Amino acid sequence: MTTLHVQTTINREPAEFLCEPVETLLDALRDRLNLTGTKEGCATGDCGACSVLFNGRLVPSCLVLAAEVHGQEVLTVEGAAHGDTLHPVQQKLLEHAALQCGICTPGFVVAAKALLDHNPNPTEEEARYWLAGNLCRCTGYDKIIRAVLDAAESMRSDTREVTV
Amino acid sequence: MSGERKFRYVGTRPVRHDGLDKVTGRANYGADFTLPGLLHGYVLRSPHAHARIVSIDTSAADAVPGVKAVVTGADIPKSTAMLSLGGGKGGFDLADMGDNLLAHDKALYEGHAVAAVAATSAEIAREAAEQIAVVYERLPPVLTVDQALAPNAAILHDRLVTKGQPLPDAPTPTNVAMRMELRGGDVDKGFAESDIIVEYEFTTPMVHQGYIEPHACVARYGEDGQILVWTSTQGPFIVRDCCAGILGLDAATIKVVPSEIGGGFGGKIPVYLEPVAIALSRKAHRPVKMVMSRDDVFRASGPTSGAKVRMKIGVKQDGTIVAASGSLYYEAGAYPGSPAATGAMCALAPYKIPNFVIEAFDIVVNRPKVAAYRAPGSPSAAFATESVLDEIARRLGFDPIDLRLKNAVEEGDAAPYGPKYGPIGLRQVLEATKNHPHWQAPLGPNQGRGVGCGFWFNAGLSSSATVSLSSDGSATVVTGNPDIGGTRVAQSIMVSEELGIPVERVRATVADTDSIGYSDLTGGSRVCYATGMAVIKAAQDVRDQLRARAAKIWDVDVDSVAWNDGCAVPLEPADDRTPLTVHQLAEKIAQTGGPIIGRASVNAPMAGPAFAASICDIEVDKETGVSRVVRYTTIQDVGKAVHPSFVEGQMQGGAAQGIGWALNEEYIYSPDGLMQNAGFLDYRMPVASDLPMIDTVIIEVENPLHPYGVRGVGEVPIVPPLATVANAMRDATGIRFTDLPLSPPRVLEALARY
Repeated sequence: MTTLHVQTTINREPAEFLCEPVETLLDALRDRLNLTGTKEGCATGDCGACSVLFNGRLVPSCLVLAAEVHGQEVLTVEGAAHGDTLHPVQQKLLEHAALQCGICTPGFVVAAKALLDHNPNPTEEEARYWLAGNLCRCTGYDKIIRAVLDAAESMRSDTREVTV
Repeated sequence: MSGERKFRYVGTRPVRHDGLDKVTGRANYGADFTLPGLLHGYVLRSPHAHARIVSIDTSAADAVPGVKAVVTGADIPKSTAMLSLGGGKGGFDLADMGDNLLAHDKALYEGHAVAAVAATSAEIAREAAEQIAVVYERLPPVLTVDQALAPNAAILHDRLVTKGQPLPDAPTPTNVAMRMELRGGDVDKGFAESDIIVEYEFTTPMVHQGYIEPHACVARYGEDGQILVWTSTQGPFIVRDCCAGILGLDAATIKVVPSEIGGGFGGKIPVYLEPVAIALSRKAHRPVKMVMSRDDVFRASGPTSGAKVRMKIGVKQDGTIVAASGSLYYEAGAYPGSPAATGAMCALAPYKIPNFVIEAFDIVVNRPKVAAYRAPGSPSAAFATESVLDEIARRLGFDPIDLRLKNAVEEGDAAPYGPKYGPIGLRQVLEATKNHPHWQAPLGPNQGRGVGCGFWFNAGLSSSATVSLSSDGSATVVTGNPDIGGTRVAQSIMVSEELGIPVERVRATVADTDSIGYSDLTGGSRVCYATGMAVIKAAQDVRDQLRARAAKIWDVDVDSVAWNDGCAVPLEPADDRTPLTVHQLAEKIAQTGGPIIGRASVNAPMAGPAFAASICDIEVDKETGVSRVVRYTTIQDVGKAVHPSFVEGQMQGGAAQGIGWALNEEYIYSPDGLMQNAGFLDYRMPVASDLPMIDTVIIEVENPLHPYGVRGVGEVPIVPPLATVANAMRDATGIRFTDLPLSPPRVLEALARY
């Protein structure tokens, strides 16, 4: 099998790796680039633990071929924070104790960031449907949804402060 | 004792210290670990539910370039040992566990491991495994309790005899691994005195714990016989001792490093991969990583028993329960060990019932061997009891909570399994349920409301802890219990409470098996209770050593130094004896005697029993059969909530799992015993859009066995939901559903029938 040379942008930095044509983005992130924050829960696109942003779009990285990201942009959970500053979703998940085992948390961070990028003021129902592709077995979702809505509110008030 | 104790840190909600690594993706789980020279393992699994293994020829796989080792059942010794938990009751049959790791003579379920390959890549390992030639002689599969009990049933284990209290005519061999019975009073007389008798037969399906992280481990067998196992487990010492027992090794040669654990709920107590990975590594002389696929997780790990429960309860016109009889049949999967006995013990535990008989059967079937799942056995039993009580309340015209209150057990009442209850909170839980605004809130169209109740013992068992003080006055606490839902921050709170230092200055760590004393599993709702007790004692050990250091500084007897509000305080004040803080004492640690390490181990008694109740509002679309939980409240006596947010999290998570069990989750099999829905698309666990917010009410009736009154929290919240949801469905549709799940096809079919 031919090995492919992929040049891409991951978490705002240039990145390159070699991969097999059949290799998933999930495997390349974890095994080639050591970005193990992206988790495999099912490898069939059903659990959301491997969620990443592909050119800003929320995708399960287990259903994307690694070679597809050549020349494109990927954001993983490792890129959600900026330096010492956590993304508000990360901060609010901590404050609300919205994680137990934490295996689904990276996927929720990425998916919730994507939600708030698209919709800064989601209703509870909108948040629940947007995040319906991310399975959590520990929390019953209550605290996760509260954290995401709280993060949305804090981001909106931050924006207001800037624009005033 | 905690009677009047005012807490400073217990009951607060600090951010967990391990949280940052989890929200940033830095936390390392089972599959995130690697070693130089790592090989990848792959398990070949039986495609048949029941088959004799005539031969296995691995030569083609051995010859594949990149393959470094192949193992079969021949590489797993047939152990006859039992491994007990903390030297106490219960435990693991290592013969069965070894046979489950790699089948020796028969494949007992679809997915049963028959061989494993280690190769330089996962793909090579898989391709090589597919070249292993296994000749099977297919046998008729036994898939259900009824099939297993049929007179001409195929027998899974040629030598199985019924343990416990077998029926007089019990055949041998049999598929009934155990029968037990609990009796009290005169049940015939009780039913004769009853004004109303309600009896139904219920079924609950086999379901999976559904942790999002598949089983994963790395094992390295060193040339000197020293073994490293990195694994995602609820019990690193269980893994160590199971590996040692099954492979005939000395436990001290095995170091198990627990990774962060991505959920378990009981399913990550047994070993599935670790001994196989060790066997492969021993042959290959290289470390081996093994990771289950989701398909493997469904077909070959976990599930909890499907069950059939016949329940009959008799009451007087005034609501007094006078008699109950129940027969509980639990599917064990391929080897004995269903939670039939605990189901029987829990079935009637919330109620005073003078006359009762409960019998329970542990029945082997050609399905994966069941593992523990949150309050094992209790949910199926409670589904039956609580559904029957709901029906009785309707026939009597009683409020269903009043009916339960009238019969609720209290301190001093005997549990149906023998002992008398100490202080328990069932009455308080039921009163809080009745007084909750949810109970009186108006319902919308096509909605119904149900209530249900549940019991779980909670476990004690063995735990170890150390607390070390740094010279800057900060502290670390080390235990051997993987943190599955916030126990590290709870342990930090406990050390803060004892030493009077802020929670931010106490870091909790889960150690490997070389670095802490033996600790039983994370399970049984026991970590905050039993391991917490060890942590508190270890912190008190530090405190006592600090008192001794203060005594040395003041040149007084240690008995004249008290501990008050985070300070060593002289009982006989003098000008040069002002109270010393932990910080001040820590600064002088080298001069006053060297490092301070507190240590403790406990073998905790059976914990304080937990009771919970829940209220559910369900809305049913009568055209499609789709139902939706629109409001849910869960109420629980937790003893004492150390970190209330994580206590709420346990209550909410247990409720969600119970709702999933009630509404959608089930193992679906073809007639020849092949699982039809081994993936998250078809095995339908609740997603965010399926659920409302889950309201919680924490009741705190102190458990006198624990210094803070902690009971244990994790398990009982999954007990009430099954009946609570079904009772809500009864209210919404007028139909008494006796078979779970209440999936749309089943609801639609029932609506058409009535």
